[in-house]
Amino acid sequence: MDLRKILLVALCALAPAAWAQDKFIVVSSTTSTENSGLFGHILPLFQKKTGIAVRVVAQGTGQALDTGRRGDCDVVFVHNRNAELEMVQEGWFVDRHDVMYNDFVIVGPKSDPAHVAGLQDAVAALKRIRGASAPFASRGDKSGTHSAELRLWKAGGIDPKGDWYRETGSGMGATLNTASAMNAYALADRGTWLSFKNRGELAVLVQGDPRLFNQYGVMLVNPARHPHVKKDLGQAFIDWLISPGGQAAIAAYKIGGEQLFFPNARQ
Amino acid sequence: MLDTLASGLRLVATLDLRLWQVVGLSLVVSLSAVALAALLGLPLGAALAVGRFRGRQAVIVVLNALMGLPPVVVGLVIYLLLSRAGPLGELGLLFTPQAMVIAQTVLVLPIIAALARQAVEDAWREYEEQLRSLGVEGTRAALTVLWDIRFSLLTAVLAGLGRASAEVGAVMIVGGNIDGVTRVMTTTIALETSKGDLPLALGLGMVLIGIVLALNAAAQLIKEAAQRRHG
Amino acid sequence: MSAILPLRLEEVSFVAGGRTLIDRVSLALEAGTSSIILGANGAGKSVLMRLMHGLLAPSAGRVAWSGEGARRRQAMVFQRPVMLRRSALGNVIYALDAAGVPPVQRERLAAEALEEVGLGHLAQRPARVLSGGEQQRLSLARAWALHPEVLFLDEPTASLDPGATHEIENIIRAFDAAGTKIVMSTHSLGQARRLGDEVIYLHQGRIVERASIERFFPHPATAEAAAFVKGELPWT
Repeated sequence: MDLRKILLVALCALAPAAWAQDKFIVVSSTTSTENSGLFGHILPLFQKKTGIAVRVVAQGTGQALDTGRRGDCDVVFVHNRNAELEMVQEGWFVDRHDVMYNDFVIVGPKSDPAHVAGLQDAVAALKRIRGASAPFASRGDKSGTHSAELRLWKAGGIDPKGDWYRETGSGMGATLNTASAMNAYALADRGTWLSFKNRGELAVLVQGDPRLFNQYGVMLVNPARHPHVKKDLGQAFIDWLISPGGQAAIAAYKIGGEQLFFPNARQ
Repeated sequence: MLDTLASGLRLVATLDLRLWQVVGLSLVVSLSAVALAALLGLPLGAALAVGRFRGRQAVIVVLNALMGLPPVVVGLVIYLLLSRAGPLGELGLLFTPQAMVIAQTVLVLPIIAALARQAVEDAWREYEEQLRSLGVEGTRAALTVLWDIRFSLLTAVLAGLGRASAEVGAVMIVGGNIDGVTRVMTTTIALETSKGDLPLALGLGMVLIGIVLALNAAAQLIKEAAQRRHG
Repeated sequence: MSAILPLRLEEVSFVAGGRTLIDRVSLALEAGTSSIILGANGAGKSVLMRLMHGLLAPSAGRVAWSGEGARRRQAMVFQRPVMLRRSALGNVIYALDAAGVPPVQRERLAAEALEEVGLGHLAQRPARVLSGGEQQRLSLARAWALHPEVLFLDEPTASLDPGATHEIENIIRAFDAAGTKIVMSTHSLGQARRLGDEVIYLHQGRIVERASIERFFPHPATAEAAAFVKGELPWT
């Protein structure tokens, strides 16, 4: 009777042994990093060298940090230095290392109703967008990108509210989709932008402001708080990321000949 | 939209091992969840159809309502349960395919149980007296009816399969959409959409629909062949 | 000698939905006589049959068999046969299984029962595709295999054509000849005369007359029964 076969399939599906073969670690990172394709490039190199598989769970920065706090991953790799340091202070992570930075760009419709194209001052650009009440799509999801965006508004003394300001509450790609559909401005990390294929009328209008630089940090979840953490394997990953080999791998990743991430780990 | 669709199908046709790995995982997760949900839900539905106890109507109403459980809410609850910070953290099941099977089983169980209850209750009216006359009552009678209407129950199971293979909220949250480990068709479609790669997303969507159609067609053929044999 | 008869009903009433469907019925059914429950539609024949067979519990009064194990020694055939989705043979085997007959004997006994009712050639046919008459014969085969002491039949030929009815009546006679007590409800006078030894006339839930076939036909003693007999067409 079918019943016995069904039971067998169900049991096999649930046998953890069937899936947990290699040594692996779980790294929580951000959707923008995952979408940039960086991991697809550097993780195979790490696995080849150490035999350790890296499973990346891509979430918003806020959620990624929370995943670390809960002990649901071994390593956290995000780009929100203030939040990271705070959580190291609170004892959730062992310590924090700089790994690399990328930058944000302000994209917008080529028609540029707020006249910001070519500006190198991000805050000034945002002021003009506000002044023109031009549509702006924000991630609104507590991510590193979202926090950076809010810092820039604050620096310009603006509290972004109104019909022109649309919070999508979602990842970078989804927000860009919305911006593309609405012909709105948006703040995006260069990595996601370069691999984003649904640009519509959007183009990069503002870049180069040092305030647009986005620093990445990597942290090991504290085994004192979560004894099950794979601290040796996790540490091996961190060590590799900040080693010359890892840093070179990061620098080598390009999209259309353009480098996305700039390694800056301190030895 | 038509050329997006066309380029999507082209992309999918030329795609490699990774796509088929994703398709394979989708099938394993959803079919396992449906199998488990059927194992639990069919007897549950039959028991509810046949049993008489206080509050029975209330249970039926609740079960019917649970058919509409939002996948993302189920995902969130299972996530909180399986997280290391949660009560079942010891099991280390978060971000694994097993967690996805569990979440989908929870989603699908009410559908199968509620539809089975309805089918068994309808059949019960026809069979009950005759079975009792033969001395068959209670559990044994319920199982006899359940087995006798097995081809109608196939519809309930297919409804469950439809729900499992279509949802993205639950598997995304409890699985983490990890490349090569917990990435399934629906989460891949969500990912590619978020990357703006709409042709690929649409192509994958067509593959998903195609697979579900094929499964339904196969089930229909089985049903017809069996009806010819057993009447 | 019967282990479970006589069956005694003592002041049995059945109330449902506020209506009294069976009203203080007392009677004893003895072995060796075929009893026909006769009455108009709505008289309560089906309810009375179910009370006797134990499918319904009385609202008042008692249904008492005379010996142990009455549950297993009776069978019932309904107006509309209910068959499982399996072969004719499979349906009889199911009944044998339910009765606790050892697995090795089931197929043989089932095949014999089918032969007895003339369905041997349809043993492997799915029961649900059989004609109405064939399914009713299958119900009888199912009952036959159990060798019951009492066979209840609730209007067994009401849905059948004359040819099928004739076949069913032959089988009922065979049960009778084998010693099974027949308790059958019908609204057909002809059938009552052909198959019965006694008539129990039910009117609005009460037993109004009880007599042997010879005494009841052609002139019943009570007014209600007489009216019923007169209203019936002469050839049914």
